[in-house]
Amino acid sequence: MRRAKIDWVLGAVLAMMAVAVTACGSSSSSSSTAGLPTKIGPGEGQLNLVAWEGYAQPQWVKPYEAQTGCKVHAKYAGSSDEMVTLMRSGGGGQYDMVSASGDASLRLIRGGEVAAMNVALVPEWKNFIPQLQSPTHNTVAGKHYGISLQWGPNTLLYNTKSVTPAPTSWSAIYSSKYKGQVTVPANPIQIADAALYLSKTQTSLGISDPYELTKEQLNAAGELLKHQKPLIKKYWALASDEIELFKNGDAVIGAAWPYQYSTLIADKSPVKQIIPNEGATGWADTWMISAHAKDPNCAYKWVNWVSSPRVQAQQAISYGETPVNTKACPYMEKIQKGSCGLYHANAPAAYFDTIKFWKTPVAECGNGQSDCMDYTKWQQKWTEVTG
Amino acid sequence: MSSTGFADRPNARMRVSAALFRRPWLRGGLLLSGPLAWFVLIYLAALVALFVSSLWSVDSFTGNLVHTWTLNNFKTLFTVGTYRTIALRTIGIAAAVTVTDALLALPFAFFAVRIASKRVQGALFVAVLIPLWSSYLVRVYVWRLILAKEGVLNWALGQIGLGSLNIGYSNWAMWIVFSYIWLPFMILPIWSAIERVPDSLIEASADLGARGWRTFSSVLFPLILPGIVAGSIFTFALTLGDYITPTLVGGAGSDFIGNVVYANVGVASNVPFAAAFATVPLVVMGVYLLIARRLGAFEAL
Repeated sequence: MRRAKIDWVLGAVLAMMAVAVTACGSSSSSSSTAGLPTKIGPGEGQLNLVAWEGYAQPQWVKPYEAQTGCKVHAKYAGSSDEMVTLMRSGGGGQYDMVSASGDASLRLIRGGEVAAMNVALVPEWKNFIPQLQSPTHNTVAGKHYGISLQWGPNTLLYNTKSVTPAPTSWSAIYSSKYKGQVTVPANPIQIADAALYLSKTQTSLGISDPYELTKEQLNAAGELLKHQKPLIKKYWALASDEIELFKNGDAVIGAAWPYQYSTLIADKSPVKQIIPNEGATGWADTWMISAHAKDPNCAYKWVNWVSSPRVQAQQAISYGETPVNTKACPYMEKIQKGSCGLYHANAPAAYFDTIKFWKTPVAECGNGQSDCMDYTKWQQKWTEVTG
Repeated sequence: MSSTGFADRPNARMRVSAALFRRPWLRGGLLLSGPLAWFVLIYLAALVALFVSSLWSVDSFTGNLVHTWTLNNFKTLFTVGTYRTIALRTIGIAAAVTVTDALLALPFAFFAVRIASKRVQGALFVAVLIPLWSSYLVRVYVWRLILAKEGVLNWALGQIGLGSLNIGYSNWAMWIVFSYIWLPFMILPIWSAIERVPDSLIEASADLGARGWRTFSSVLFPLILPGIVAGSIFTFALTLGDYITPTLVGGAGSDFIGNVVYANVGVASNVPFAAAFATVPLVVMGVYLLIARRLGAFEAL
């Protein structure tokens, strides 16, 4: 009881100090490395991660544990919202790191849930593709709130036996041909997929960025999704849900991540994935350190480990995404011939621009006006559609 | 000195016990104060906290609580059609499950208590209880596999040439799974209610010329009705508060109140709205319990 009380007081003091540090930090943005760790000390023996399913595979976690002595505990989250909530509600101390996508990272930074990092402690950072060294979704006012990891598109996944002819457009998941056999993520950011489709098929709406929607544009996307709802077998919450739906024949087509594809292919399921001709939304993920991390040394060791070309290559092929480290290609070729080109690791710049990366919808649109619908509105619309 | 001290202590004790003996209300109060404090703190305080937080709101960007009084959460609940749909779906399926379980449990319990031999009765009792020994999650997942398109049910139907059903991930699936999972909670109160009906009443009814159906409807049923209502409190309340089964076996558009609460707490971090929605099943259960009390269910618990 007394122990708990002391912990509580300590926690409160630490929290106040963290607030003070953040406040000081924002006032003196010129010295961007002030207060950051300058060297990586010995590991604390453990590392607690909030990660996407498939981001902590034994293939690269086991060697890391053996090398550093940091035991990895991973908690899988099904959506960016869940990641933000986990980092918030755990008081931060429960988890050391989070593999945040672009639609979660800014929320975590503004909420003070994550700490700035010293990129000088991550030598491989210099080899990252330039677009993801200091992207706006994890670097604010010259401070790095994380180290980019991997990126890729959200794909259209289908069963090659049941879905003929092979689809080329996202219209396949909005048409009644596969009624009751469609599955899409249970995630408000899915509205952006509908908006992307509308931006190509209903140009009169004038959607230029699927994350910056006016009220009418959001309503149009909502209407499309409402029309889609009777076609849906299930809105999947975890990647493993979608894998089961495809395995048991309950779903034959749907929006997916490359992870589901590679898992189903490994299981010899007759599936294929494509980026339809309207293009795709996608993600660029960042490993961020909690502002209250208890194991910062293990955390720095972890980002160094997952940034190394070999592990970058392993994860890229295991998940089916593109590594940020430009030196990963030879390692990818060694694991699987042709994979470097397959996952666009050899020509990332041109491919990068074709993907509309997840970001948090905010009221301030890119056009300088503030009549866009913010994320709360998106969540309400999503509940309205799927409830 | 020591002798007076010796005499004082039993005296004090005797005085206290004498005082307690003369004042029964004090005795009762002291005896109850522990459990009462527990009840007030843990139970009522939690309810009050729930209700109070439902009158707050959340800053949409930082996710922090805003401690200003507002009825906006309740306004959203009543004006947005989706939440009405979800509330009605939850209550509707809870009611359907309750009726289904009552219809299944009544003949089963009647057979077990009145017709079966002692040995069969014992076996049936164990059969009712066995599912409760395994995890709730395991049982729901098993149903997911049974009802999947290429699952056991469709395989069996295909074997006997009946085509296939497409009820995996739907409201039908939820209805079946809930009815299965909560059935023991309906059977047990009805079982004990039927057991308590004296044989002499049945015999008297027969002596007065009543046939089987008349005996059931005029004698047996009114006597076991409190048992049915008691069972229905379990099945109704348990379904009303569940969110795991809808997540696992529900399809598109099968959210329960619990799912919205879970999503608002665990995903959107909007505790005030979750608290506001959580008061809905509370009110529904309150009304239900009032009706149940009038029907005498609490004597059968």
